[in-house]
This record gives sequence, C-alpha cells and structure tokens, in this order.
Amino acid sequence: MNGREARLGAFSSLPLTTLLLVTFIAPLLAIAAFSIMPAKVFSLAHVPDFSAYAEFVREGYWKSLAWSLGMAAVATALLLVICWPLAYAMVRIFKRFTLVITIAVVMTLFVSENIRLFGWVITLMKGGMLEGYLRAWTGNGFDGLLYNVPVIVFGLVYIYLPFMLFPLAQGISMIPDDARHAAADLGANRWQIFTNIELPLASPGIVVGALLTFVLAAGAVAESKLLGGQAVIVISDDVESAFTYGQNWPLGSALAMVLILVISILIVMTLMKIDLDSVMGKGR
Amino acid sequence: MKSRPANVLFYLYGLGVLLFLYLPIVAVGFASISKARYLRFPIRKYATGWYASALASDTVAGLVWTSLTIAAIVTLISILFGFFGALAFARYQWRFRKLYQKLILLPIFFPQTVLGLALLMWFNALGIIPSWHTAIVAHLVWITPIVTLIIAIRAYGFDPSLEDAARDMGCTNWQIMREVTIPLLMPAVNSAGLFAFLLSWGNFPLSLFTTGADSTLPEWLYAKMVSGYSPLVPTLGVLSVAASALVIVVALLVRALLPMIKRLKTARPAVQPH
Repeated sequence: MNGREARLGAFSSLPLTTLLLVTFIAPLLAIAAFSIMPAKVFSLAHVPDFSAYAEFVREGYWKSLAWSLGMAAVATALLLVICWPLAYAMVRIFKRFTLVITIAVVMTLFVSENIRLFGWVITLMKGGMLEGYLRAWTGNGFDGLLYNVPVIVFGLVYIYLPFMLFPLAQGISMIPDDARHAAADLGANRWQIFTNIELPLASPGIVVGALLTFVLAAGAVAESKLLGGQAVIVISDDVESAFTYGQNWPLGSALAMVLILVISILIVMTLMKIDLDSVMGKGR
Repeated sequence: MKSRPANVLFYLYGLGVLLFLYLPIVAVGFASISKARYLRFPIRKYATGWYASALASDTVAGLVWTSLTIAAIVTLISILFGFFGALAFARYQWRFRKLYQKLILLPIFFPQTVLGLALLMWFNALGIIPSWHTAIVAHLVWITPIVTLIIAIRAYGFDPSLEDAARDMGCTNWQIMREVTIPLLMPAVNSAGLFAFLLSWGNFPLSLFTTGADSTLPEWLYAKMVSGYSPLVPTLGVLSVAASALVIVVALLVRALLPMIKRLKTARPAVQPH
C-alpha cells in the first residue's frame, strides 16, 4: 500500500461515496428519525415517542412481517434446490450452452418485473392461457390458480431466480477440480463429495445467493399484489399504505425500520465474513 | 467429464428453466394480439389494432419519452461515478477499501420498494417536489453500484504493472488514465452502460414512489394492472420488451462490427497511398 495508491483510491471513491451518503444513508437516517415521531406528523420538530412501534405490536403489523419473512425463507430454500443443478451444470457440464443460458437469464432482468408477473396472471387466471386451452381441448376447466399464498411464493421464486443462479454458479466455479478428484480417490462417494467438499467450498456463493434472494424477497410487494390479490398483506405493502393512503409517516417509517433492522442484521452478519476480493475473482 | 446420458438430463433441465422464465412473456405476447377488449384464452380473433392505437397515442409517447430521458441520464451519470468507483473498489489499495466495498453493496441488497419510499420521504423532508428528476436520483442509488461492480470485475483482471510502466516512462496521472486505464476498462464500461440503460428503462419499484406527477412506462403499466384490465397493457408490455431487445441487438452488432471498421480504416492508407 503506497502513498500514491492510497491517495488515488480515496480520491476516486469520493464521488460514489458522496452520492450514497446523500441518497442512501441520509434517507435511512431520516426514516429512523421519523419512526420515533408522534403519529401523523410531517416534520421532525416534535418530541420523540415510540408510539409507532407500539402500534406495530398492537395493530398486528408483525403478522405482515412474519408473512414476508416466511415466504422469503421458503422461496430462498426452493431456489437453492432449483438453481443448484443448473448452476452446477453451467460450470461443469455445459460448454457453449452456459453462455446461452447466461444471456437468456440476464435478458429477463431487463423486462420490468410487473410485466413478467402480469404474464403469469394471464397464464394462471381462470380463462387464462393454461385453464383456457385446457378447457378448450378437454372440456374440463378448473378454478384459477391465483390469489393464494403458494402462488405468491411461486412469483418470488420466478422473479428472484437470477439472483440465486449467478452467485451459486460463481461459488461452484470456486471448487477446485483437484479437491473433488482427491476425495474420490480416497474413496468418498458422490454424497460425501457433495456435503464435505462441494458445499463448503462453494459456500461464499451459496451465502451471497441466499442472502440476496431472501432480502429482496422479504421486501417484495408486486408478487403479493398482482398474483396474490389480497390473500396476505406483506410488510412492504403496509409500509406503502401508511405512507400513501394513511398519510402516517411515523408509522410507515417504524414499519420500514423493523424490516430494515432485520435485513441489516443479516447483511452485516454475512458480509463481514465474506472476502469480496476472492468472490469477485481476484487471485484466481 | 465425458458426455454421459445423465448430461442430457442437465441440458433438458436448463431448457426447462428457460421455458419457465420466458413463458409469461410469451403469454403477454399472445394477449397483445387478441382482438377482444376483455382478454380470454383461447384467443378467438387476432388483431394488431391495439398496436396501432398504442403507437398513435400521445400519452404513450409521453411515457416513452420520460422513460428514455431518465434512462439516458442515469446511464451517463452512473458510468462516470461507477468508473472511478470501480477503480477504488478493485484497483487501488487504500485504507478504507474493505469498508467502502461493503457500502457499495448495500443498495443492491436493499428492497427497492422500501428504498423508493425512503427517498420519497427524504425528498419531502428536503422540500424537493418529486418529478422525473428525482426518479433519476432514485435509479442512480441502485444502478450506480451495479455499474461499479461490472467495471470492477474487469479492473480486477488488469495488470497494475501496465500503469507502473507508463509512469516509469514519464506519463502523468492524466496520461495514464487516458492511454492505459480507460482503454483497458472500455469493454466493461460499454456493457455496464448497456446494463444501466436497460435496468433503468425497465425499473418500476423505484420509479413508483419517486416520479411524483410524472410517470414512466413500467409505472403506468402497473397502475393499469392494479386498477383493472386494459388491452393496452400487454401491447405496451410487448413494445417495452421489444425496445430492450432492439437495444441489445444493436449493441451486439456494434460490438461485432467495430473491429471490422477499425481494420478497414487502418488498412486503407496501405492500399491507396497519396
């Protein structure tokens, strides 16, 4: 670490750091400050109280939080199982097909999530693409598949698949072939290689993928609104209503703060343990 | 690993996942050419009338213009910030680098809806009336870190001794930047710019709360989806997807053709001397 690099590094980090301080850290501090204001005020010049947090407990908003976290957890677990074989094949088996999959999956990220979810709505609804054609061909229809909890989880799995797939593939690519061959030579079976060699060595990718999916899914709102109807209310939905229809900023801030706290704890716990330089490919 | 029958299963699985990802987009495509005002499958009559009315509409033109302007400005600013941000992320060894790396990741790991609401409140607290200008800021918070990461991956891969060599030969910091660093990072800057543009064009959760009275295309679509069906929703959805695809195709073409054009330019003096 020489003097010139230290100066250049600090200097070139300045614009981005300033941007994030003003547009990311400051708003979060503002939310924290508003969350301890009395109900329905629109400025910070009031005596702080914690009535908004009391309301979180009293009015049952914790149920929305529980739904959000629960569905995010299920979606994350499902995505681990769904994405592992594909990520594995992308690293070890596919050759040119890996590039095709990568490009095709990235391209879906450029399509608004609401357009893609709307596509599922008209696919799964009564008289939609599935039910409509089934009834036309067989004469038997069924009720639409929308407006329940499983379909919300389905939507989360669908939207956040890329956020699990790519970190997993990155993690799997960090497993040296030698380690697997050595284990096989020493008599380990496929399952033992998987649990004792591959899972631990790929763990940075698994952790980043799981964290990213869980955190984004926990704050998601479009899936439950478009696919879930009013089956359950998620926490971000409550935050949104408090800010918009409710005109109760302190309540909205308190609800957001609870979610932010849960997320921050998870992020800090995991990111502190991970060396980004090695995950992003330095020293390979 | 040799090709075994099991590998065929992996290929089929990969195709299955792609089918899963694209099925809803196909459904939107079919819906957009249904003639009926209220969508019902199987589609009885196909028509392209909704495309004609979408293209003729002033509202649509306004939405597209807002979305385009936001995306273009976001692309420019995020590349400028992200370029230097990436050098600090990956290239230079400095004191607070590890902390800085984590700060950059935070907005990506943050639910966009909550971020949008936090910004809405922040703008209000500052006395700024939300409009498409504030939406640019909102997009930047999320997109600049992504741009930074994309450029950083490339910056990890380049050899610092190239810069040192230039310095030993007497280059100033600015010359090193212009002659060595920028050309080496240019491919990543291009793809990061493509990402920035397309992610901003398609973004909806950040726009939703930060555009004020203005509206972007994805935002308008969402409003129509929640408030009831409009036959223009699938049509505009398809047009939005088609626009993204067009940008990607043009970008790929330019990347494929650029080396050829360069070769022609350098070859010409040899063929036709003065």
